[in-house]
Amino acid sequence: MGGGVVIVGGGECGARAAFALRENGYAGSITIVGSEQHLPYERPPLSKAALIDPHHTFVAPRERYASENIDLLLGHEVTAIDPDKRTINLADGRTIAYDLLLLTTGAKPRSLPDIDPASKRVLTLRTFDDTVAIRERLGPGRRLLIIGGGFIGLELAATARTFGTSVTLIESQPRILMRGVPQEIAEVVADRHQCEGVLIRCGVGISALSETDDAVEIRLADGQIYAADTVVVGIGATPNTALAERTGIAVENGIAVDDRLETSIPGIYAAGDCCSFPLMHYGGRRIRLEAWRNAQDQGTLVARSMLGHRDRITSVPWFWSDQYDLTLQVAGLADGATTHVRRDLSANSFILFHLDADGRLLAASGVGEGNAVAKDMRLAEMLIGAGAKPAISALADPLQKLKSILTMQRGNT
Amino acid sequence: MSGDWVKVCADDAIDEEDVIRFDHGGKTYAIYRSPQDTFHATDGLCTHEKIHLADGLVMDNIIECPKHNGRFNYQTGEARGAPVCINLKVYPVKVEAGSVFIQVQ
Ligand SMILES: Cc1cc2nc3c(=O)[nH]c(=O)nc-3n(C[C@H](O)[C@H](O)[C@H](O)COP(=O)(O)OP(=O)(O)OC[C@H]3O[C@@H](n4cnc5c(N)ncnc54)[C@H](O)[C@@H]3O)c2cc1C
Ligand code: FES
Repeated sequence: MGGGVVIVGGGECGARAAFALRENGYAGSITIVGSEQHLPYERPPLSKAALIDPHHTFVAPRERYASENIDLLLGHEVTAIDPDKRTINLADGRTIAYDLLLLTTGAKPRSLPDIDPASKRVLTLRTFDDTVAIRERLGPGRRLLIIGGGFIGLELAATARTFGTSVTLIESQPRILMRGVPQEIAEVVADRHQCEGVLIRCGVGISALSETDDAVEIRLADGQIYAADTVVVGIGATPNTALAERTGIAVENGIAVDDRLETSIPGIYAAGDCCSFPLMHYGGRRIRLEAWRNAQDQGTLVARSMLGHRDRITSVPWFWSDQYDLTLQVAGLADGATTHVRRDLSANSFILFHLDADGRLLAASGVGEGNAVAKDMRLAEMLIGAGAKPAISALADPLQKLKSILTMQRGNT
Repeated sequence: MSGDWVKVCADDAIDEEDVIRFDHGGKTYAIYRSPQDTFHATDGLCTHEKIHLADGLVMDNIIECPKHNGRFNYQTGEARGAPVCINLKVYPVKVEAGSVFIQVQ
């Protein structure tokens, strides 16, 4: 084995990139080296359906790798890169040569200081094995305490409630989803969790955590004490950049890439949760996303870049979350918005549009039952991508079709 | 392959370049009207997860699933890329005297 494309990280993005290389006509060798034992799988179900009944949703069946001649080296960690010799080293001492290297190393959950990584009671949620471990600890009469009111913590709370676990969620910010969605939407979500019996405490930090043989005790800054059988820490993730840093690749809140996803070392690319990239729609601002569709889109784009195409990142950030029968969606980046417009789609579903001072649509966020907001959110995303300046009255009126606004917009440009 | 023709709706009940849901005989279908004013029918649920396609967006001859944006050509049923890889079943459609009919099996 040697030469060709080597992909470090067998997650969503790495697998998509491998298939996209073939779709774009690349005939050389492709090797995916992944530290997890499992065939590349989807993470979004890990806090949703897979947590109810642990099962894998694979990115593609094993046969597809074989038929497309993609080599999988699973359960192997890449420990070093030599960019001069164009080789990588594996933990077992093996050396593999590459012509082009792709880093799709993803992210890992942040933890709290003083927590024993081997603890059986204080856990994080990122991998299939985490889901299996958490699932075993849920059920009627079990007490789960979640630290962090972000998407993963809230999805875990919702799923844990469906089988009768008692759930307490602690968030140090004044409200849940502080970074994720506007207040109006966070309120709908928080109300729903409270109706379902989740106890949410916001605006208070944790001052101590102690583990005994049969429980974990958490003391909050206000002196309150909570005991639980299991604690899951969901306070965000940090990109896996250590390998890149050791190699001398520029890192800036993620492996820094250009708008074609190439790193500071020519011939080495990065994509997905591990990288930070310039976002054209927002003045080239450098961001890092932890989002499933971004991992897919960048997997496809990076494959084309590696083959010499000159496409640039143009997709609009997009994220969804499912909690109970509610779906939330966020498209674009709302920072810098000065005007907020609400569009009510039905009694329980609405979209907020965020526009800048020039009237340009920057972002949209929606919440509703099932897929009530999906169609309009998709159109909103396309309007954002088109740089549209839609009339506020049209956005606020659910009878005015966003599709017509988009068609008009496209006619104008 | 033959089966009964079932009336779905009046032809003007579906907007151009749009889709509606139609339930019949314990099954759910998606009925489309293309921008070229032709009518089409497929299974109502996405082949990725069982999500109603009628909540999705029609763009030209593509239906995009509302859940993870998987895409199908609704005229042929062909899956058009990640995350969907299984094609959608399509059904014959006819328009007679201002009504849309599909042939179910
Ligand atoms: C519980 C959960 C729920 C989520 N839900 C949603 C959702 O509802 N909506 C949404 O949009 N997004 C969601 N996401 C985010 C989405 O899953 C990620 O954005 C996506 O998985 C990123 O893909 P990736 O390939 O970049 O990274 P990853 O999927 O993290 O894959 C990276 C892989 O690289 C491996 N690796 C790292 N370093 C090395 C090394 N040195 N050598 C070999 N292998 C290495 C890792 O072990 C890992 O397997 C969720 C994530 C989680 C964890
Ligand atoms: S359910 Fe349709 S794309 Fe996932």
